[in-house]
Amino acid sequence: MSTTNYLIRNARILGGEPQDIRVTDGVIAEIGAELAADGEQEIAADGLIALPGLVDLHTHLREPGREDAETVLSGTKAAAKGGFTAVHAMANTFPVADTAGVVEQVWRLGRESGYCDVQPIGAVTVGLEGKQLAELGAMADSAAQVRVFSDDGKCVDDAVIMRRALEYVKAFGGVVAQHAQEPRLTEGAQMNEGVVSGELGLAGWPAVAEESIIARDVLLAAHVGSRLHVCHLSTAGSVEIVRWAKSKGWDVTAEVTPHHLLLTDELVRSYDAVYKVNPPLRTEADVLALREALADGTIDIVATDHAPHPAEDKQCEWSAAAMGMVGLETALSVVQSAMVDTGLMDWAEVAERMSAKPAAISGIPGHGRPVSVGEPANLVLFDAQYRGAVNPDAFATRSRNTPYRGMDLPGRVVATFLRGDAKVLDGELV
Amino acid sequence: MKRHLISTADLTREDALLILDTTEQMAQVSARSVKKLPTLRGRTVVNLFFEDSTRTRTSFEVAEKRLSADVINFSAKGSSVSKGESLKDTALTLQAMGADAVVIRHSASGAPKLLADSDWLHGSVVNAGDGTHEHPTQALLDAFTMRRHLNPGVGHDLAGRRVTIVGDVLHSRVARSNVHLLHTLGAEVTLVAPPTLMPFGVETWPCQTSYDLDAALTKADAVMMLRVQRERMNAAFFPTQREYTRRYGLDARRLALMPEHALVMHPGPMVRGMEIESTIADSDRAVIVEQVANGVSVRMAVLYLLLGGSEPAITTSSANTSEETGK
Repeated sequence: MSTTNYLIRNARILGGEPQDIRVTDGVIAEIGAELAADGEQEIAADGLIALPGLVDLHTHLREPGREDAETVLSGTKAAAKGGFTAVHAMANTFPVADTAGVVEQVWRLGRESGYCDVQPIGAVTVGLEGKQLAELGAMADSAAQVRVFSDDGKCVDDAVIMRRALEYVKAFGGVVAQHAQEPRLTEGAQMNEGVVSGELGLAGWPAVAEESIIARDVLLAAHVGSRLHVCHLSTAGSVEIVRWAKSKGWDVTAEVTPHHLLLTDELVRSYDAVYKVNPPLRTEADVLALREALADGTIDIVATDHAPHPAEDKQCEWSAAAMGMVGLETALSVVQSAMVDTGLMDWAEVAERMSAKPAAISGIPGHGRPVSVGEPANLVLFDAQYRGAVNPDAFATRSRNTPYRGMDLPGRVVATFLRGDAKVLDGELV
Repeated sequence: MKRHLISTADLTREDALLILDTTEQMAQVSARSVKKLPTLRGRTVVNLFFEDSTRTRTSFEVAEKRLSADVINFSAKGSSVSKGESLKDTALTLQAMGADAVVIRHSASGAPKLLADSDWLHGSVVNAGDGTHEHPTQALLDAFTMRRHLNPGVGHDLAGRRVTIVGDVLHSRVARSNVHLLHTLGAEVTLVAPPTLMPFGVETWPCQTSYDLDAALTKADAVMMLRVQRERMNAAFFPTQREYTRRYGLDARRLALMPEHALVMHPGPMVRGMEIESTIADSDRAVIVEQVANGVSVRMAVLYLLLGGSEPAITTSSANTSEETGK
């Protein structure tokens, strides 16, 4: 239980009219105008937007194994600074999170960190090799209670393995989150296959390599009556396939990353590997299709795919560089820029796509709840009026591989509360 | 001139003509019995080769020595890609040693631009071929060779001349550099390749494309054959070497389709019997050896313009350079 109670003054819940929020013993106790103080610490939230604590379904915390890039502690600090109260730790660690032992280790490290809740994701196959199912049931039954399974970083490309995984996890309400990348079509791939890759002489990662897997997977999910989640959708064609699958009533959900909502492959012309990511940055037409799909609900959620890498893995030749970008601390600002300031979404929809829906897909308890009386006080206060250049030196993540360095982005997380405990106040970790 | 030569797309028409005209001057030096200018005396040029290329490295080395530069050959085979020293650390080392120019060949597209844009070293960067991206000095020597035959004269460009480039365009840095430069110089370029070896988005390039070599030969002023690596057929780019040669190789029958004056060019190394019949490579229509000779002159001109800059390359007395400066 939290030791301090808070009275948040004049916060605009989901962008609505200013109200006071009383947080008592980790729970939202009262919401109303000009509440009387009762010994709480008062937080002046004039002009700030109150959202439910954000939930990231796709986070690389790198521990165990690559603590030089990120630890559970540093990653959850970054999450808290970005307004997240829960993150889902991807399985591509060293060792891979493909056993109950590893997922419990990550789960325990998350509990010890205390900055946000960490829900481990389990690997679908042993060692992410795509050949043999990992002990999915053991991970589900472990203390970590894994429900989301993914070989993210690699695609479960074998149709039979994918089919079996989709079927098998039904026994415990699980979901397979697929990294859709046909491996043969993307051997040595360096960037989106298009006009820019042709000019730059970099091996292309064609849209069809993503779309063909998604098409197969939605058909498989329909055939066996399972739930499918598609990670980091990046092309206009993928949107069309997911839209079609949903029109059939199939149980398919999809995510998009902040960077795919804002950046295009034109940036690769710099050969600066900070723009190297998988799936790769696509074209302007793809970005616009993704935004539209997120707004109309075809794409269910935003997930960061926060992927920290040490400097030496980025300050090198493009083809030698690692793929991925950090994203926890800029996600909400990028979503504001791409979706809210463009008039495509309001703050209630942001809360839906970045908190309620990801929590629902995962089934993580106590998160993604509405900002209303009786709910756990997982809250973020956000200053949408703020404008400023992104300064990676102020990040809490151990890595600095952000594509937004020096870019003017709107908005700033002012405070994050996890079950009533302030983890961030005045934009700084508590 | 700019400080670096990374891509022929960065060259204006004036830049390109200045290089070609300066190359003419350098070619005069190469024709002398004493083939040496004092222009880059005391300047250090590093040949940083992450990829084997005896031909290109030797050409640069000869050019540098003819300009009296101090030459360092830094063979860095086994780059960061294969766990050696990183490009960054290599660059910092060269900077600490006082390199005035770095000539870089790298298997990774973009490595020269990365060096030029970084603050790791401050000297000029010359791209000597990067991955499947560009090879600007090759394109310059090709253009120089074409100009000498097709439109000779200082200040002349290649307006209206038709150049057909044939072969593995997808993996060719030579093709990319040539398309940009020849377009800048007013030539009309046609790329010919099987569809599998055409780059994605080639329709946006400033050139024509064709899958039909015979048709593209009849009006060509120059035909440039690109090397085709046999390994490509393992990745299903084409079925067999024989089929490739039949459809896209330059043989006697195809040579007869070309106008009398048309040049046969090849950037080397050739795969005789694959993209070009041996007798044609050795025929008097081929200017392949001339291309190699011009390569030295072009590289002298590029290094001179990047490093020497404002002084004329050749003065009346070649030993007396410093007094008659200025443009």
